[in-house]
Amino acid sequence: MGMTALEKIFARASGAKSVAPGDLVVVNVDTVVMLDSSFFPSVRREVVKVHDPRKVAVIYDHFVPAPDEKAAAAQAYGRAFARRFGIERFHDVGPDQGISHAVVADHGYALPGSVLVCSDSHTCASGAFNCAARGIGAPDMIYALTTGQTWFQLGGTVRYDLSGRLRAGVSAKDVFLHLAGTYGDHANCNIEFGGPALADLGIGARRTLAAMGAELSAEFVTFEPDQALIDYVKARNPAPFEPQYPDAEARYLDRRRVDLGAIEPLVARPDSVIRNSVAVGAVAGQRIDQAFIGSCANGSLDDLAEAARIVAGRKVARGVRFLVTPGSQRVYAAALKAGHVQTLTEAGAVVTAATCGACFGGHMGVLGPNEVCITASTRNFKGRMGAASARIFMASPATVAASAIAGSIVHPGEFAGGRA
Amino acid sequence: MIAGRVWKFGDDINTDLMLPGSVLYASEEEQKRAVFAANRPGWVDQVKPGDVLVGGRNFGMGSSRPAARSLRNLGLACVLAESINGLFFRNAVNFGLIALACPGVHAACEEGDRLELAIADWRASNARTGVALAVTPIPEALLKLMTGGGIYPHLEQRGLILPR
Repeated sequence: MGMTALEKIFARASGAKSVAPGDLVVVNVDTVVMLDSSFFPSVRREVVKVHDPRKVAVIYDHFVPAPDEKAAAAQAYGRAFARRFGIERFHDVGPDQGISHAVVADHGYALPGSVLVCSDSHTCASGAFNCAARGIGAPDMIYALTTGQTWFQLGGTVRYDLSGRLRAGVSAKDVFLHLAGTYGDHANCNIEFGGPALADLGIGARRTLAAMGAELSAEFVTFEPDQALIDYVKARNPAPFEPQYPDAEARYLDRRRVDLGAIEPLVARPDSVIRNSVAVGAVAGQRIDQAFIGSCANGSLDDLAEAARIVAGRKVARGVRFLVTPGSQRVYAAALKAGHVQTLTEAGAVVTAATCGACFGGHMGVLGPNEVCITASTRNFKGRMGAASARIFMASPATVAASAIAGSIVHPGEFAGGRA
Repeated sequence: MIAGRVWKFGDDINTDLMLPGSVLYASEEEQKRAVFAANRPGWVDQVKPGDVLVGGRNFGMGSSRPAARSLRNLGLACVLAESINGLFFRNAVNFGLIALACPGVHAACEEGDRLELAIADWRASNARTGVALAVTPIPEALLKLMTGGGIYPHLEQRGLILPR
């Protein structure tokens, strides 16, 4: 019987000839990613033994640089932990700081065909690399860290065949909003992306789509491998890997064709992204207090470039706070070199250090009561970015940047050409 | 047999509602006090140990945060929902919260009803109406963890982590 790409990864990782939906698979984990949040007293346990420190990476991202004493203490505990167990892949505050999924991408830690776990729900972002990557809970994390294994209850897979080309001003975030709006959640299912449009879809765009799989409640998101993906990983990590291609006779719950050329800029209304997307025009004119671009889903160099293109030579509207958080300090440095940071700053945006920060209402851009935000990040749940009474609209970096300039939600086409 | 008073919630109840970002790294006691503060303020003072939470589709969608632990710490006897989110389910298994899918349960009860759960038979029933429903079985190994206090006791026994 044919298998999907994910099923082939799990067959290999569990030592089985084949696996199928319904199976409970116990797999060897290739990469365990721990975060600063793993070391808070209410989360951590005193670990006696680490199964294999070479398979572990510790990446500080949720509260960096530490905004308070609690975070600082947790980070000090984590530093001692990394030293004690000889964990070399340690990303502390500094030039290799960043949101874990962005750092994993920067360094090619998510090898095609491998299994990666991390205690953040957007770990599926690394599915862009044909890696079986999944967010797990803190206890799962400690189990994988100490035993080298974890379990998965395998669900069925929905396959998306992407064709066509995105129009100018339309990005992967709009594709996500289209999928969430049209098909709703994919709870207890996996998603596999493939099709001819992959050739035109950069790694940054694929990572956006993969990260947002968490918002569709997908268990796993997997991209079919191609040469661009293989080259990207090889340029960053010398370790050998075996990409897994889906079998031609793989079984899917459903197979859906999506023409990227037909997708328009969309906005998700507050509180949920599930069947909650509307054309920008439907909410145009909505006044905003804050505009945010960042997170594991929208902190790539492509995202910052798109924002810079829109705001070049313009000014952020009075009364609007425009925050831009690069996914990693490597992305920050690249954006600096390309001139995007200068363009954004001159327009009146605040470009912050790389962190999960505002996306989860942790720090660096928390919303106050009744405020309105338009965000290119991961979630618009009620209360997600701060006050429960705040309203969070979700859109692409282009739509967010254009709205920051206009002072209210606006179609990115309004500022299509740039001015500088 | 588990039996308790029903509290009803809807579809897509997410973990930010159960464990708001403001108390993400606070003590378990503070986290327990913040459950559903945004969508149902005051509920934590009404719910009693042994009560049953009935949810809709995709219960526990969202983040990896230990929201299941907060529900366990409130003393809920179990969560039965139309479907349980995969990541929430992992945390329920690992923190020892009984959380199972029971299609039809949402329509079959009103808030305040008494719901009975017989795990051995994979069956739930409404004591007021007599309506009985099938509970979706989960693998034996996971059920043992879920009903036996979660994963940490096992890791302690194996000497991989220290007891708290």
